[in-house]
Amino acid sequence: MKLDAKVPPGPLREKWDAHVDSIRLVGPRNRPRYSVIVVGTGLAGAAAASSLGALGYQVECFCFQDSPRRAHSIAAQGGINASKGYRNDGDSVMRLFTDTIKGGDFRAREANVYRLAQLSMGIIDQAVAQGVPFAREYGGMLANRSFGGVLVERTFYCRGETGQQLLLGATSSLAKEIHEGHVRMHPRTEILDIVVVDGRARGIVVRDLVSGAISSYAADAVVLATGGYCNVFFLSTMAKGCNVTATYRAWRRGAGFANPCFTQIHPTAIPAGSEHQSKLTLMSESLRNDGRVWVPRKQGDKRPPAEIPEAERYYFLEERYPRFGNLVPRDVAARNAKEVCDKGLGVGATGYGVYLDFRDAIQRLGVKVIEARYHNLFEMYERITNEDPRKAPMRIYPAPHYAMGGLWVDYNLMTTIPGLYAIGEANFSDHGANRLGASALMQALADGYFILPVTIADYLSRNPSGEVKADHAEFKRAEAEVRERTKRLLSVNGKRTVLSFHRELGQLMLDKCGITRSRDGLEEALRKIPELRAQFWRDVKVPGGEGELNQSLEHAGRVADLLDFAELMCLDALTREESCGCHFREEHQTEEGETKRDDERFANVSVWEYQEGARPRLHQEPLAFEAVHLAQRNYKT
Amino acid sequence: MSRVRTLLRTAVGLKFVVAVTGLVLFAWVAMHMLGNLKTFLGPAEIDAYAAGLKTLGAPFVPHGFALWGVRLLLLACLVAHVGCAAKLVARNRAARPIPYARYVPRESTFPARFMLVSGGILLVYVVLHVLHLTTGTILVDPFVEGKVYDNLARSFRNGAVALFYVGAVAVLALHLYHGVWSLFQTLGLDNPDRNRKLRAFAAISAIGLFAGFAAVPLAFLAGTLE
Amino acid sequence: MKFILRIWRQDHAKGAGAFVRHEIDGISGDLSFLEMLDLLNEQLTVRGEAPVAFDSDCREGVCGMCSLVINGRPHGPNALTTTCQLYMRHFRDGDEITIEPWRARAFPVLRDLVVDRTAFDRILEAGGYVSVHSGPKPDPNSMPVEPEVAEEALDAATCIGCGACVAACPNGAAMLFTAAKVSHLGLLPQGQPERYVRVTRMVEQMEAEGFGGCTNLGECEGACPKGISIKFIGRMNRDYYRSVLKEPIDRRGRMGAQ
Repeated sequence: MKLDAKVPPGPLREKWDAHVDSIRLVGPRNRPRYSVIVVGTGLAGAAAASSLGALGYQVECFCFQDSPRRAHSIAAQGGINASKGYRNDGDSVMRLFTDTIKGGDFRAREANVYRLAQLSMGIIDQAVAQGVPFAREYGGMLANRSFGGVLVERTFYCRGETGQQLLLGATSSLAKEIHEGHVRMHPRTEILDIVVVDGRARGIVVRDLVSGAISSYAADAVVLATGGYCNVFFLSTMAKGCNVTATYRAWRRGAGFANPCFTQIHPTAIPAGSEHQSKLTLMSESLRNDGRVWVPRKQGDKRPPAEIPEAERYYFLEERYPRFGNLVPRDVAARNAKEVCDKGLGVGATGYGVYLDFRDAIQRLGVKVIEARYHNLFEMYERITNEDPRKAPMRIYPAPHYAMGGLWVDYNLMTTIPGLYAIGEANFSDHGANRLGASALMQALADGYFILPVTIADYLSRNPSGEVKADHAEFKRAEAEVRERTKRLLSVNGKRTVLSFHRELGQLMLDKCGITRSRDGLEEALRKIPELRAQFWRDVKVPGGEGELNQSLEHAGRVADLLDFAELMCLDALTREESCGCHFREEHQTEEGETKRDDERFANVSVWEYQEGARPRLHQEPLAFEAVHLAQRNYKT
Repeated sequence: MSRVRTLLRTAVGLKFVVAVTGLVLFAWVAMHMLGNLKTFLGPAEIDAYAAGLKTLGAPFVPHGFALWGVRLLLLACLVAHVGCAAKLVARNRAARPIPYARYVPRESTFPARFMLVSGGILLVYVVLHVLHLTTGTILVDPFVEGKVYDNLARSFRNGAVALFYVGAVAVLALHLYHGVWSLFQTLGLDNPDRNRKLRAFAAISAIGLFAGFAAVPLAFLAGTLE
Repeated sequence: MKFILRIWRQDHAKGAGAFVRHEIDGISGDLSFLEMLDLLNEQLTVRGEAPVAFDSDCREGVCGMCSLVINGRPHGPNALTTTCQLYMRHFRDGDEITIEPWRARAFPVLRDLVVDRTAFDRILEAGGYVSVHSGPKPDPNSMPVEPEVAEEALDAATCIGCGACVAACPNGAAMLFTAAKVSHLGLLPQGQPERYVRVTRMVEQMEAEGFGGCTNLGECEGACPKGISIKFIGRMNRDYYRSVLKEPIDRRGRMGAQ
């Protein structure tokens, strides 16, 4: 595997423009001859499919949900960053770039991140033109807020449903292209494999989730916009259907997988309440602006929070980080919450929760002001927990939230398989080892609207269209493999449900490869995962048949791939002998318990190559920092 | 005409017809009720009023011409109102071929759910009412053309007839309680700020019309009117 | 807690369905309704029976994938709540709970409680967009939008397309969904050029899908987990009448051909 990032030469500020100018184009009359497959209809997928359709390419678009507009981008709450600088507060492309590189703890590619910051402005223009109703000020101008502890106000938002509105914007453009026949939409259709012929991605194998039919689609290029893999933890803020199958199968077919261990744990989710819980619900980070995080100082203190006197409350973030207090970055807040709970100070039924208390803010500002700020969130919390956060403190606990790792891509967003692209959360992204708040939407849309539709032309124009059809032997072989795997799942007929395996895997991953990781823990996980996998293939019970709507079978296929993929995650976490961003190795911390990077050995991207029947092979893409200087993050002073 | 045909293709368009014709019928019903109250001023007044309706528009149009014009307009509205509503009902039924085993309404009022039944009752009532007090074919014997007061008195001394009329106008009130508000909503003249006022207007109209219409038969029945 | 569940079971789209009684015990009030069904499916699977098929994805009330008519009400007894955020503490121990799929000709059942809602997508495809390319555009602040207008548009745009409005409407009408989509774009300045073409196309598609008509019952608003007001239906009607009776006839097809 050769890693050529294809970063254009020249100064950072001019790279993208120069690159666009140098790209080979496909003329409007030729575009309808080229077909492109887009898998996934979140922000990245919908934006890409609609933009490619509008250009005139023949697009086949797939999603496993019943409608493209249900993809999980819809659940993003906070907002979207763009360096518009409307507030005249000193924001600029350079500053957004610097914040993103630093926030990612120096593990992202400078050229890509700079391009992202450049393109951020156009995303707002595009979304507004589509009719996304961003919040406005009284003069009719776009409103901004600050988000995630940055020093400028550059976040655009629609109440607490920015992701939903942006996705509706993107899928509305997609609807237009479907109507005009440029895009053929295949809802309730799941990708199960990628087909590579003579070293190029030529199509995919899918299962119609209603009829159960397995079939193939061929195209001149394949784009994966299939999101992240945090459901490897079972309990996460992701949608139940989110899975790793597309990217994992692409990896098996030869695409490099980059930084699989970089997963973000969001600090403010509602803690798990019972053993049968299926999902963690995120509470916006903005709550930390007024809420104070604490636990009782005494172990196992079961008194109701109101009866615990001030002196016996441990405001651990404020005590440890006097300068940032409750507003420390996500990874720091999450890690500290886990640490106090591990010491037995946690609250709630499971002991894995910390208080987020609005008592002082309500005393200071009055219940009305606080209510006005957090009304929706309070309501949501009350609906789920049956507790009123105005009267008793909220309980929160970190939850897996975003996967920074993903398929390795070059500057053109192409993976190591020619013709196979990965965009949005599915690629190893521009967020390095930690993503800043309100940046995921930005990256997904920049990839989908502005980058991929341009760069893909360069690949397509160099290859004749329609070379390989879906009746090619390679497709038949891939289909046969998929059928075989499906049959195997159905024929085990053991005693345990798919869900029970998923839960067990999730618990293991959260313990050993979650908020903090250690050599011993990861080695243990690497022993246990193959055991669990073997047990899965020996004892799983998948009811029903192949040729029908069979949700257990869908879930079984996804869990089978997660069981394989979990091993790669642990292997990556074990190999990266440093702490950076969200990857916290207990062996590598400063005396104050903070992340300790090793820039000598690990200022690079870990890219894993699949080896049939052998341990995956590690490649590294070195990262050079020329515009931003490598420095240790410091939130203490 | 092609625009009207376009309109009649869709349920939203059919509703437009139901709302507009409903508005015409509502306005006419309100005038009818006010006219009826003349009964309380004595036989001379109400008989003169009835005679006056026939000479409406004189001397420009022949005797009875305007009245027949109004009657034809009302008939057209009624046919359109009922016809479009019937088409809508058929569509609505077809839209849910399998009913729920359990269905609990949450928002709708009783009059709103009762519209189809109340409309049907009213249709029968209108026919009987015309046969009764316009042509004098039923329920009144002898019927004397032009002697409105006497005809009423002879009819409503019969308790069954009087109560039948009271019942019918009660159904009318229920139909209008939903219908009047509904036509504003259909025509898009509704909004949350105005909604309470429109609801109140619909309620007052319904109650007012019921009181006005029911007063005459009840007064005859009670002997207040001789 | 213990519950008796009467669930609509249907093997495939063309199959005949029927209610089947399932019992479930040991349910904590802190479980969501769908988690309770997950648990039922676990038990059915272990016993060798077919699990109940139902749709869900985000399980945080925004994707609009979950459905279910629970005891005669879409998304269950609580207002402004999707099924995924309905908790078992709102039921009484020993309750019999009837669970049915959305019922509408335009939403055929695919299996058990799963229905096909692609009719909604076809309504959107007919005109639920502003036609734009992803090239450069004027700065958005060059077109100011009053905050009240933006907020009202957002009130409509908050629709998650779950279909509860259709399920709740005794006429099986999709008026609230279509009206929300029409109004979202119709209120904003960006949506003006296509405003009347959009409403005509979307209304006609809605009718073609076999949804019923509106009789202003208001059940849709009561069932909407996002609390979308029926005022948008009035607004759509107004736009539609104006489009049909007054606006120039849609000439797009001809313009494209030249």
